[in-house]
Amino acid sequence: MTELGLRLAVSFVQILAEMSIVMFTVAVMTLAERKVLGWMQDRMGPMEVGPYGILQPLADGVKLFFKEDIVPAGANKAMFALAPMLTMVVSMIGFAVIPFGPDMTLDIGGLTIKPFVVADINIGILYILAIASIGAYGIILGGWSSNSKYSLLGGLRSAAQVISYELNVGLAIVGVLLLSGSLSLVEITEAQAGGFWHWFVWGARPDGFFPIHTQVFAFVVFVIAGVAETNRIPFDLPEAESELVAGFFTEYSGMKFAFFVSAEYASMVLVSCVAAALFLGGWNAPYPGTIFEYIGFQQLAWIEHIVWFAAKVYFFLFMFIWLRATLPRLRYDQLMRFGWKVLLPIALANIIITALTVYFFPRG
Amino acid sequence: MSGFDLLSEYLTHYFPILFFVVIALFFGIWSLVVSYLVQPKYPEPEKLTTYECGSEPFSDARMPFPVRYYIFAMLFVIFDIEVIFLYPWAVVFTKIELIGLIEMLVFIGLFLVAYVYAWRKGALEWD
Amino acid sequence: MEQAFFFYFAFVIAATSVLVVALRNPIYSTLALLVMFFHVAGLYVTLHAEFLAAVQIIVYAGAILVLYLFVVMLLNLKQDVRYHRQWPMAAAVGATLVIEAIILTAMKGSTTPAAATDTETAIGGAGNTEAIGDVLYTTYLFPFEVASLILLVAMIGAIVLAKKDIGEREA
Repeated sequence: MTELGLRLAVSFVQILAEMSIVMFTVAVMTLAERKVLGWMQDRMGPMEVGPYGILQPLADGVKLFFKEDIVPAGANKAMFALAPMLTMVVSMIGFAVIPFGPDMTLDIGGLTIKPFVVADINIGILYILAIASIGAYGIILGGWSSNSKYSLLGGLRSAAQVISYELNVGLAIVGVLLLSGSLSLVEITEAQAGGFWHWFVWGARPDGFFPIHTQVFAFVVFVIAGVAETNRIPFDLPEAESELVAGFFTEYSGMKFAFFVSAEYASMVLVSCVAAALFLGGWNAPYPGTIFEYIGFQQLAWIEHIVWFAAKVYFFLFMFIWLRATLPRLRYDQLMRFGWKVLLPIALANIIITALTVYFFPRG
Repeated sequence: MSGFDLLSEYLTHYFPILFFVVIALFFGIWSLVVSYLVQPKYPEPEKLTTYECGSEPFSDARMPFPVRYYIFAMLFVIFDIEVIFLYPWAVVFTKIELIGLIEMLVFIGLFLVAYVYAWRKGALEWD
Repeated sequence: MEQAFFFYFAFVIAATSVLVVALRNPIYSTLALLVMFFHVAGLYVTLHAEFLAAVQIIVYAGAILVLYLFVVMLLNLKQDVRYHRQWPMAAAVGATLVIEAIILTAMKGSTTPAAATDTETAIGGAGNTEAIGDVLYTTYLFPFEVASLILLVAMIGAIVLAKKDIGEREA
């Protein structure tokens, strides 16, 4: 049983590390959102807790932990607790297949371990889609169980929005699969090695530079649909405070509220990770190889890879905040029309064009 | 004999996911329970009413809602299945070549017929 | 070890299936069905059918069950007592199925293990998704195109039934 024990221990450490990193990023995001929004609106943002307010997430967390948890009369208590839990778990487990760093193996006690991906499965991207499709449940159940009209309306709107834009995410991915020929996120990332012109958003052939297989349209569709799937501005209709108070979590307080909010940020991080891995080359640097390799430190090249991955993820996260500071909210009928009548045809056309270009100009 | 000798290499790839679910669930339950133990509890009838912009809540909130949600869910089911068919095709596209290209053009053509029909019938309209 | 996984998944599938019909609140039934779909996906993984496992969750749990949930909420069923007076009927159907299962298990020949080995060799080193793609888009080309036609029909049927009022309004 020692081998089983060792494998369990390694998985346990990996999962804990991954969850800590995600939770830390979520904490950073809650602060960064207010700070960046503040700067964009020419004010300071939170300044009271710690120097420049950097301990604000900690204070928020402690406060929510000790707050009274109010369950409204007439609510379905079991569902009321289950909904935030489901949302939180779903937003966490998606990270299991994300490759944070290069596909290297370590040898620990006779076991080969992949340190930068918890579960390297063949169908990584389908797993992400499956997880995303479960996300609607927490929202619907949260809205339904609260016994509040705002919650129910917000939950239903949100569910309809999430499933509509999920279709666009699914279609946008097909172009990438045509280029990579694999559903594994590790293999998709590796197919983009060797400089930014091999990233699928540029889409040069392995031996060329001209962007003949460019996935830039799929990239735009994916990012817009990703923003909509995470219910962020300008698609934050379910939480439209001017008409629905706070949408499906109007009645939530304390730790359950914290679960919903942190799940929203965690799914933003997940969308950013997937977008980086699919379109921006994941952990690959925008130049061939790594600087560490050129100066003779091959063993440390993984640090550079991880830094590049983090840089891409934080670029997307910054974009989420930037959008919030810039754009007004859409009307609900505009939102549905945009998803079904604008994004969907673009994604479909992208599949046909990519298939034709891959057929007439094969990738090696 | 150790347990993992019997477990196929296949399952060892998937086992961390199951483990991840268990840990995330445990983390969630633990936070809720500990928070429940330390938080103050002063329920009052007024506090427990649902929010309704200051007026007294009236009628049951779980009212029937418009049929268009149902239509969009149905459209989603059908289109989602069509999208699923595209994944294995995309993965083996370079192997099956011309026949794959042609049959998928036919498939996407039928997809487009369904899509245009839905559009013309106004099913994609949130009215 | 794989046996242990199989028995776990099989047990939960059986238990939640009973719950789906036995629970009185339709929302609870839907959730039991959700748990069941996850365990069916787990069963597929133990059978090395990872693509099917993912499709099981994406299509059944992520799309069809959401539709069910919408319908349950649309009709606002809270506690529907009409359908809980049918135990004799349920017992009769259940007993027939159990007897059938026992007979089938007793008559089981040596064909199933051989078929399984064939599939294993056919898949070989390639992933499960590639194997499906290879077969589906060459050998089973015609059934595949027919499937897309059926989807088209389903789509038209759905719109015709659901949007009747809108067609009348335009006319």
